[in-house]
Amino acid sequence: MSDNTKTKPSSDERVKEMSGFRKSLIRPELGGIAGTFLVFFFFFLTARDSGMFSPAGVMNWSVVSAQFAIIAVGACLLMIAGEFDLSVGSMIGFAGMSIALLSVSLGWPVWLAIITTFVLCMAIGAFSGWLVIKTGLPSFIVTLAFLFILRGLTIFAAIATTRKTIIGGVRDVAEGDWLAPFFGGKIFTGFFQWMGDNGWIETFSRGTREGQPVVEGIPMLIVWAIALVIFGHIILTKTRFGNWIFASGGDAQSARYTGVPVNRVKIIMFMFTAFTAVVFATSQVMEFGSAGADRGLLKEFEAIISVVIGGALLTGGYGSVIGAALGALIFGVVQQGLFFAGVESSLFRVFLGVILLLAVILNTYIRRMITGEK
Amino acid sequence: MTTEHAPIIQMKNIEKHFGAVIALAGVSLDVMPGECHCLLGDNGAGKSTFIKTMSGVHKPTKGEIFFEGKPMHFDRPRDAISAGIATVYQDLAMIPLMSVARNFFMGNEPTKRIAGMNFFDHKHANEVTMAEMKKMGINLRGPDQAVGTLSGGERQTVAIARAVHFGAKVLILDEPTSALGVRQTSNVLATVDRVRKKGIAVVFITHNVRHALAVGDRFTVLNRGLTLGTSQRGMITPEELQDLMAGGQELATLEGSLGGTV
Repeated sequence: MSDNTKTKPSSDERVKEMSGFRKSLIRPELGGIAGTFLVFFFFFLTARDSGMFSPAGVMNWSVVSAQFAIIAVGACLLMIAGEFDLSVGSMIGFAGMSIALLSVSLGWPVWLAIITTFVLCMAIGAFSGWLVIKTGLPSFIVTLAFLFILRGLTIFAAIATTRKTIIGGVRDVAEGDWLAPFFGGKIFTGFFQWMGDNGWIETFSRGTREGQPVVEGIPMLIVWAIALVIFGHIILTKTRFGNWIFASGGDAQSARYTGVPVNRVKIIMFMFTAFTAVVFATSQVMEFGSAGADRGLLKEFEAIISVVIGGALLTGGYGSVIGAALGALIFGVVQQGLFFAGVESSLFRVFLGVILLLAVILNTYIRRMITGEK
Repeated sequence: MTTEHAPIIQMKNIEKHFGAVIALAGVSLDVMPGECHCLLGDNGAGKSTFIKTMSGVHKPTKGEIFFEGKPMHFDRPRDAISAGIATVYQDLAMIPLMSVARNFFMGNEPTKRIAGMNFFDHKHANEVTMAEMKKMGINLRGPDQAVGTLSGGERQTVAIARAVHFGAKVLILDEPTSALGVRQTSNVLATVDRVRKKGIAVVFITHNVRHALAVGDRFTVLNRGLTLGTSQRGMITPEELQDLMAGGQELATLEGSLGGTV
């Protein structure tokens, strides 16, 4: 422990006075904030001239960060509630395939396909949560099973119905649909056009889109990410349900004895994680105009790593949605930044592993400080 | 003593079977408001099963529970809590990673409405927590201090203060002193005394005769799922209590060889 052993006379003489620095270190977001500064500083030095910080460049890494952030919010709240979901990546593939099959192959209206997929996937999330609670098995194992089950079903469904693993044509059927733009559309397009007209942002100088700005607007993906982060943060820190999330993950039995409906909280969190996976999948399907059976591979780990960088404990009961969002931002910036900086992109995985290790070590140290363990 | 009043809770011939195991074979007990009723017994005597029946965790196989004179059936711990029976478990009282204020209001979060939505009223929670902790003699650095930084005795005290604050009429303490040091134990015993004086009935489970005699008004001894009788304060000696708990003979010989220090 630190050497700042000055004590206030009125307080317990055995509780050490904490310096402001140590106090701020105990905030879960600290690692995320420091990491964000570091990453931006690094790329500002190395990739400033590469266009990484031009509007198009910013949009590039923002979209990638937003993708990470959407699933990180779900993974974060679930992890704080004391559980894992390793089936997020497979759920993304499954949801995308479900939308494409229902709308393109079966000819359902796109809005109905999207809503059905949301209901179906959240039901699967609830079922895996129910299994975890009923069997008392670690969620790690139960959702690992779902990782394989959902991925296998996705590939099977695609092959069995269309003999292909990629189903295209979603963009055509989504034309004129009222719900699809909430996932695939862009907002503030008029504003960006106006900025382009005034010459403040880059526009296409030739071709069919001459005069249109390179960045047309803010993709709905980013809007979803920001909305989900704000929603998750408010739920976690400012509501009674948030206290239940912390309590369920901190010590489920203690929470039960004081009347917290732990099982309900955990199942709702599994459903919310599934919800974020479907938001991700729907946006991706609308953007690409197609669904692939291999979409979302390894996403569950990227979500979990974002959450851990954001200061959440793998053991549950502690963490921050803002931290997780910063973890996702770090991820997006580094993944795309390495490309802008001209670094071999395979090094991204090395970075991933290293930063995960550092984050976990830091978090363990912070937990010891909070609980005063040795 | 308040024996002339009606008991707040009466347990009559409670039996609890787990499959082929008879954990309780007919235990009766009544608790008066404002008394500290000690429940003693060695490991495996059925103390934990009995209080879990009282607090709604287990349903009795046979027997009746009367709360304030009326028969009661608790299906869940929640039912017992809302009736006014609060239980403080030895190591399950608090969540170390959460702040004292969040722990204090866990399951009973105060809310305020802003724009039609209910939000956790942190300001109220922090003020109440600080005030209640001060009353119990615990000086916090702040309401956001993590419970993990408190000592075991302080955690028990916070848990007791929480139960009292939320209107417990019967407070069940499951071995609150068994893992504590001497000084922390006396703090907890002092808290028990303070709570009792407020007119709250305390059921104090322990296997330490000295702790029981320090605060108890009446003593009930359990052995092998049966009540061995209830006695008043001053009507029983520590040695007699100890013998009852151990079931008599063996300990008497053991005690002899250890010089009566057990």
